[in-house]
Amino acid sequence: MMTIAQTGEHAREVHPLQDYIREDRFPHIWCAGCGLGIVLSAFLRAMLQSGLDPDRVAVVSGIGCTGRVAGYIKLDSFHTTHGRAIPFATGLKLANPELEVVVFSGDGDLIAIGGNHLIHAGRRNIDMTVICVNNFTYGMTGGQFGPTTPSLARSTTSRAGNVENPFNIAGLAAASGAAYVARWTAAQVRQMERSIIEALQKRGFSFVEIISPCPTYYGRMNRQPTGLDQMRYYRANTVVRHFASPHEVGVGLGGLIVTGKFVDTERPYLPRGE
Amino acid sequence: MPAERHIQGEFFMSGDEACAEGAISAGCRFFAGYPITPATEIAERMSDRLPEVGGTYIQMEDELGSMAAIIGASWGGVKAMTATSGPGFSLMMENIGLGIMLETPCVVANVQRAGPSTGLPTMVAQGDMMQARWGSHGSYSIIALSPSSPQEVFDHTIKAFNLSERYRLPVLVMTDGAVGHMYEKVNIPPRSEIDLVARRKPEVAPAEYWPYQPGADLVPPMANSGEGYHFHVTGLTHDERGYPEMTAEAQDRLIRRLVDKIEKNSADILELEEDGIGGAKVVVCTYGITARVAQIAVEHARSEGIPVGMLRLITVWPFPQERVAQIASQIETYVVPEINYGQVSLEVERSAGGKARTVLVPHMGGTVHDPQTILEAIRQAAR
Repeated sequence: MMTIAQTGEHAREVHPLQDYIREDRFPHIWCAGCGLGIVLSAFLRAMLQSGLDPDRVAVVSGIGCTGRVAGYIKLDSFHTTHGRAIPFATGLKLANPELEVVVFSGDGDLIAIGGNHLIHAGRRNIDMTVICVNNFTYGMTGGQFGPTTPSLARSTTSRAGNVENPFNIAGLAAASGAAYVARWTAAQVRQMERSIIEALQKRGFSFVEIISPCPTYYGRMNRQPTGLDQMRYYRANTVVRHFASPHEVGVGLGGLIVTGKFVDTERPYLPRGE
Repeated sequence: MPAERHIQGEFFMSGDEACAEGAISAGCRFFAGYPITPATEIAERMSDRLPEVGGTYIQMEDELGSMAAIIGASWGGVKAMTATSGPGFSLMMENIGLGIMLETPCVVANVQRAGPSTGLPTMVAQGDMMQARWGSHGSYSIIALSPSSPQEVFDHTIKAFNLSERYRLPVLVMTDGAVGHMYEKVNIPPRSEIDLVARRKPEVAPAEYWPYQPGADLVPPMANSGEGYHFHVTGLTHDERGYPEMTAEAQDRLIRRLVDKIEKNSADILELEEDGIGGAKVVVCTYGITARVAQIAVEHARSEGIPVGMLRLITVWPFPQERVAQIASQIETYVVPEINYGQVSLEVERSAGGKARTVLVPHMGGTVHDPQTILEAIRQAAR
């Protein structure tokens, strides 16, 4: 939806989220067909609908394609080190509990190199929202397999097919103690947006996994060479099962993608109130 | 919130406890750490004391997380620190680099133990001095202090916070297992007598704020998160707006400023102690716990009629190269005892520039030097 603003003699189109996007950094680095723009816009719309004061929302990213989200958001935003977005965010939140702290990072960053921090943040049930964009690969470095890459999937370091087992990260977050766990694909924009609102409003550790296309590497090497191919695949193979057991929703190569809100519970959280 | 509980007066206290009390006196209100010998007592004391002053203690899952958390906390507007020893210090190196790059005030205490690897966990060394200087990748400058007693640990921790707020970087308190576990008298002055420095705040409207637009002193004012500035900061090479800029020119501009803001302000940062240098042919250059051992050797040598001076480095980094060079032109030999196989001695030798000889008196750690070893080195140098 575009609106028209008058600036002097010239009319120009204004993006409805322009106040929260660093347009002066465009063009962004993401490939055509990448899902990150969809997730970023959904987050900003969710933030505006959630009733939060944007002055008190801070976004922390790690390293990788999703790690670049922090750089395009016009809020207090931190592009930190690989894997350390969650502990950085932990310090930020505990130092200033009035901040709503959002970690926006990828599966490699949060689940591999940062996996230890993820499970301990879940255990503490620290009051923050993690948006984990899962594209099943290390995109920034050129498509190597990672902790979420399905078995048998091809990558630039598993050309004959991945011999490892992947993490089911919704299950991992739930087992760690997260108060809120949901999964959506980049093709479920409205559900994703509503879910991020819930996550932002939840007191405790909220984890939203977004399965998102990486046509350049994961898609091209696994017979879905365009973003559109991957989105069509999601549309044809996704089911919504709220409160499905998070331990039974693993994602394989082909087959069904179970999405929905899996966990929404109350547990003691950090920081403790007065 | 209940009133803050402060203590003052004279206490019998270990160096580690003095570190925690120095931090509290400096206004530190956030500690993230991971237990490690011989630094654990700092964490224990902070876990008791921070709740009494409205602060937050968190025990992280590792030292990677501890260092990241204190940088995050500092951007939340709170003075923050961590404490560790060798293995943990190694794990902190990447995020010390992030602290340098984001220009984040914070303090890291390293209670040094003998390494490499697990080494002698409960026993003294000074083996991390070069790691303190160069341990994170890339070019940068750092500030590191080297206390010799629990009282100095208290004083230096306050100084470390002040320098970190003033120059916006992680400041290292390089204590050791001997000073950390040693109990001595520590005087904690009334709060009104402790000078504290706070980070300089932006004086422009949020729309005009560039997080890395430096002042004349090369240090940019710092907005905290939540104050409405909507800033972006990144570990990537960046311009004055904080935006990534992947060019050699941006790299040159940024790295030169990060180094120059320390080196060009070194007169304000450096602290040295000199004793009997005029007329000396031999000067013992030393720091930390080893300065106390060297003092015994120096006094013996003087009683034998050897004119020997002592130069104690309180700030080890940045290195006082000009003063070390000046003294080198007046003497014949520097004797450098340190509990490692030669680290700061290399810097003394470099700064002396061939005008004086540099003799290393190494000790691999586990104990302090036998003063006799240092005395023998002084005698030989004076021959």
